[in-house]
Amino acid sequence: MHRSHLIAELLRLLAAGLLLISFAMLSRRRTQRLITLYAWQGAILFLSTCLVAYDAGLTELYYSAALTLLLKVITLPWILHRLIRRLGAQWDSEQLVNIPVTMLVGLALVIFAFGLAQPISMLATTITRHTIGIALAVILLSFLMMITRRKAVTQVVGFLAMENGLFFAATSATYGMPMVIELGIALDMLVGVFILGIFFFQIREQFDSLDLHHLESLRED
Amino acid sequence: MRAISLIQQFAEIVLAVAIAPLFAGWIAQCRAWLQNRSAPPLTQPYRMLRKLFHKDVALAANASPLFRLAPYVLFGTMVLAAGIIPSIATDLPFARAADAIALIGLFATARVFMALAAMDIGTAFGTLGARREMMIGFLAEPALLMVLFNAFLLYGSTALPSLVDGHATHPSVIDPSVIFAAIAFVMVLLAENARIPIDNPATHLELTMIHEAMLLEYSARHLALVEWATDLKLFNYACIGFALFVPWGIAIHGADSSSALLLAVAALVAKLILAGAALALIESLSAKLRIFRAPEYLAMAFLLAVLGLLVHLLLGANVNA
Repeated sequence: MHRSHLIAELLRLLAAGLLLISFAMLSRRRTQRLITLYAWQGAILFLSTCLVAYDAGLTELYYSAALTLLLKVITLPWILHRLIRRLGAQWDSEQLVNIPVTMLVGLALVIFAFGLAQPISMLATTITRHTIGIALAVILLSFLMMITRRKAVTQVVGFLAMENGLFFAATSATYGMPMVIELGIALDMLVGVFILGIFFFQIREQFDSLDLHHLESLRED
Repeated sequence: MRAISLIQQFAEIVLAVAIAPLFAGWIAQCRAWLQNRSAPPLTQPYRMLRKLFHKDVALAANASPLFRLAPYVLFGTMVLAAGIIPSIATDLPFARAADAIALIGLFATARVFMALAAMDIGTAFGTLGARREMMIGFLAEPALLMVLFNAFLLYGSTALPSLVDGHATHPSVIDPSVIFAAIAFVMVLLAENARIPIDNPATHLELTMIHEAMLLEYSARHLALVEWATDLKLFNYACIGFALFVPWGIAIHGADSSSALLLAVAALVAKLILAGAALALIESLSAKLRIFRAPEYLAMAFLLAVLGLLVHLLLGANVNA
């Protein structure tokens, strides 16, 4: 009993850390820092999944934790770092809205997510049910990041962070998804990042920049 | 009121006034080491004060009495604040008069007098510094209040000594909101004490200075008092941080033997050494922000503190569920 209490406490701490990193991502200007933060988010996810697996005694959750470590902490950040080095895009990413306003919108989103998650967490029976609100907030904040950034690379990082939030929501609500689905998602993400990487080069070749608002106007040729 | 609490109160104020310059000296020394310079001796701030007290005052011709009064008000408020903050003991007669919100008011009083005095002479730099200081202050205060609200919610009191007592009797729960509040507090501490992301205490470059710009017209004993008050302010903020987040070792209510007090002093010194090194490290690792980035920085601090409150309401309230 005492052990599981301690684990629940640690999980809450990790969930808070996840939320903190989401906000740090919103406030960062440098793309490189963003990717480092993404890797940290993956690391926290790995730890929390391991803790849930230990508490619930589910071996398959260990596999998905290992998958998280391999993919989200090591492979994807490495690929992204290489990509932005080759694209020369490691510097400032333009924002549509200035940072304090983004932060305040983010705060409103967190309040919304917490309110929304309250009835859901009443239904769940897992040890992590109170953190559903945080998972939801992470998803919405990543959404916000995708909306407020202009550059392609940062939008992809936002997309990946959103997947992190979804994964965390899945572990906190239902002890994770079936292994097949998890593998499928992981593969999808990997392939997605590869394809988007190719896209980056194409976009840059066409417009000489990675700014996505060039894609919004139609051209007749 | 028992004699022992009066003694504790007196000891605390004397200790604060005596070692505040030492703390500032320790930070300066750590910074020098980190930047590969040869460090000034620990006693450098004391020598500075002694030198300044021996000089003659040079006053501007159009200085009003307010200009001469301000250093004493500044020093007085900081000493009073040191009496309210439980740095070594919680059984303090003074602390009953004011809770943490009044304490912030006390800091605000000092800031208003400083800004008025800076504008009094009418030089461009003084006015510039005063305006910037007020801007930082009005952004930093709400953030600090939110940090304090976090602690108030956690322990159900607005008085700092009972927070420390509550922490001592509370089972050691690591509430997630504490992380948010602690980060926000460090950010506010750096901003309020003119440390590096917002202001550089070691520069006299016109375009960047905030705190130093306000002191330009002061000399001799007035300057000494202002400098001392600045050191005391930093010390006070550090002690607020200790009381909120790491209150171990402080002699709590009822444990009033002299050994508990000695232990508390030893704990305080150890915490100050660590905090000073940490502050120097943060300052050496970060670059000074442009002044127009300061609102962003402080909005971040405010936001973290509010997030702490939210996280506490979402997660912390369910500890026993």
